[in-house]
Amino acid sequence: MGETLLDKVWRAHTVKMLPSGQTQLFIGLHLIHEVTSPQAFQMLREAGLKVRLPERTFATIDHIVPTASQMRPFGDLLAEEMTVHLVRNCQEFDIRLFDLNSGRQGIVHVIGPELGLTQPGMTIACGDSHTSTHGALGALAFGIGTSQVRDVLATQCLAMAKPKLRQIRVEGCLARGVYAKDVILSIIQRLGVKGGVGYAYEYAGSAVEAMSMEERLTICNMSIEGGARAGYVNPDATTFDYLKGRSFAPQGGAFDRAVAWWRSMATEPGATLDDVVTLDGGSIQPVVTWGINPGQSVGVGDRIPNPAEAPETDRAAWTEALTFMDFKPGQPIAGTRIDVAFIGSCTNARLSDLRAAAQVARGRKVAKGVRALVVPGSQAVAAAAEAEGLHVIFQEAGFEWRKAGCSLCLGMNEDKLKGREICASSSNRNFKGRQGSPMGRTLLMSPAMVAAASIAGEVVDVRELLR
Amino acid sequence: MSGDSVRRQIVGRGIPLPGNDIDTDRIIPARFLKSVTFEGLEQHVFVDDRLQAPDHPFNEDRYQGASILVVGLNFGCGSSREHAPEALKRWGIRGIVGGSFAEIFFGNSTALGIPCLTVAPQDVEWLMGTVAHHPEREIVLDVEAQRVRLGDRTIPARLPDAARKQLLTGTWNATAVLLEAGEGIERVAKDLPYLRGY
Repeated sequence: MGETLLDKVWRAHTVKMLPSGQTQLFIGLHLIHEVTSPQAFQMLREAGLKVRLPERTFATIDHIVPTASQMRPFGDLLAEEMTVHLVRNCQEFDIRLFDLNSGRQGIVHVIGPELGLTQPGMTIACGDSHTSTHGALGALAFGIGTSQVRDVLATQCLAMAKPKLRQIRVEGCLARGVYAKDVILSIIQRLGVKGGVGYAYEYAGSAVEAMSMEERLTICNMSIEGGARAGYVNPDATTFDYLKGRSFAPQGGAFDRAVAWWRSMATEPGATLDDVVTLDGGSIQPVVTWGINPGQSVGVGDRIPNPAEAPETDRAAWTEALTFMDFKPGQPIAGTRIDVAFIGSCTNARLSDLRAAAQVARGRKVAKGVRALVVPGSQAVAAAAEAEGLHVIFQEAGFEWRKAGCSLCLGMNEDKLKGREICASSSNRNFKGRQGSPMGRTLLMSPAMVAAASIAGEVVDVRELLR
Repeated sequence: MSGDSVRRQIVGRGIPLPGNDIDTDRIIPARFLKSVTFEGLEQHVFVDDRLQAPDHPFNEDRYQGASILVVGLNFGCGSSREHAPEALKRWGIRGIVGGSFAEIFFGNSTALGIPCLTVAPQDVEWLMGTVAHHPEREIVLDVEAQRVRLGDRTIPARLPDAARKQLLTGTWNATAVLLEAGEGIERVAKDLPYLRGY
């Protein structure tokens, strides 16, 4: 009987079984940022504890950084205070920080893979629910709370129950104008926002195998939006090619030995899976959310559904969503006017995302009255994009070209919606108030779809602009 | 572990919060996460929902002083921010009973000593209705027996074994338990190819 990657990684990292029945799991890579770590460091100090393996924790600053100018001190005094604390904590506990002046700063889930810190077969934890992103490289990566950040700092371990495993197979070829974002939104639409609770998702099938690493990162990123705490893709040649030459990836002979180990950690044929779901990738169209959770979405050519047709447990939520969004059942999602366009976030702010959006924006103009932002996922992404002139394409079209950070995904810096604005967003959450205005509205879609919406001033099918 | 960290039973008045898939951004919006401590979070719990709906349960006089929150399905989904259960705890919530919980929220709550018990959908409805009519009545969340009592009715409830044991033994702060492995931690590390240069 074959084993899954989940089985193998879990076993390799098991320290012992705990009296509670949970596993004490060794965490190979710990990533921290300024929002969920300061309280954990304080708890360490109060308990008189040290960081167990400081060389296995890496820090960056992303959630609260301004993206217009990143000159210190920040104008926002609270943001400045959080930054000061992060720098001080990293110094005190001997943790490597990728600060704003490092050239390596960025959204934690963008820089981990980009620096080659994220590797197959690892266990990874970070005080951020989108840590599932790192699973794209064949790692087992968990979002954790602040008490667990403290646990990892103090012990390099977590107390966890092994999840069940659901394989999600996406077969066939994606149509032109259909992206990884559309695939994961379709998966969540089908399985629901709570369908993955208790599971890790293993993404497989010919469409996933054909995907680039950056596309896989987008898919794994939103596992948590489907309720699954972790999601991964088995490591393959795409993974190894991606890692080769990256700063923290093994070099030379070590790289070859690493590939052999990484390969050996992949799920074997015939391994026992708790569940298998298959989607036809070829039938997926560009997806847009119409509601207040990421499962409430339709194809861009479809109409907003009627709560009367909703499953019993979702009916009230659909009605609440339509009221909040001020949408009517049966209304086509295409044609929805937008006020703001946001290309960014740990879901979709990598170089290939910016290229896809620039392809749409090239030679066109952002519609009058639309505020459009491109926020690269990291300083390295920004530099690579600038090297090929993407920033010029965006700026000529009327987009603002910003510095790296989480930005308008969650509105913890100056980038926020105002009032009832509607934002076409390449981010991951359309929750009420998510983008910084309590009454602001979010339509999730792929970066190319955001670019298309910004030019049309309303939701349109990007495929019409790609012709 | 000291005796006061044991969570055998939580007793207190209830506050019903209808709705499914209530995310942690709603429990505590991100703008209130701009702090290096958890202090004062209780003032902002559900703040945007409360401003938009004056009859929000957290605004209502009759629920002030309640300590047991009654929720629907998938409560606490979305962001992993521990600020969410911290805000609820600081507001006065000591235990939660509902249809189901998002995984990270459940773990974060347990790590703060807040039991999250799951009951059947019809029992959620009954609890919400009864609490709304009789907000003065005490609810008993029985972690040990896995049941919930309200008035003269007792309903079955579930709690995963691990969380139940941690709450009953007062070991929900995992750090001390994890430290017991001692050198065992480094032994596992030594066998991991990526920590010894492959």
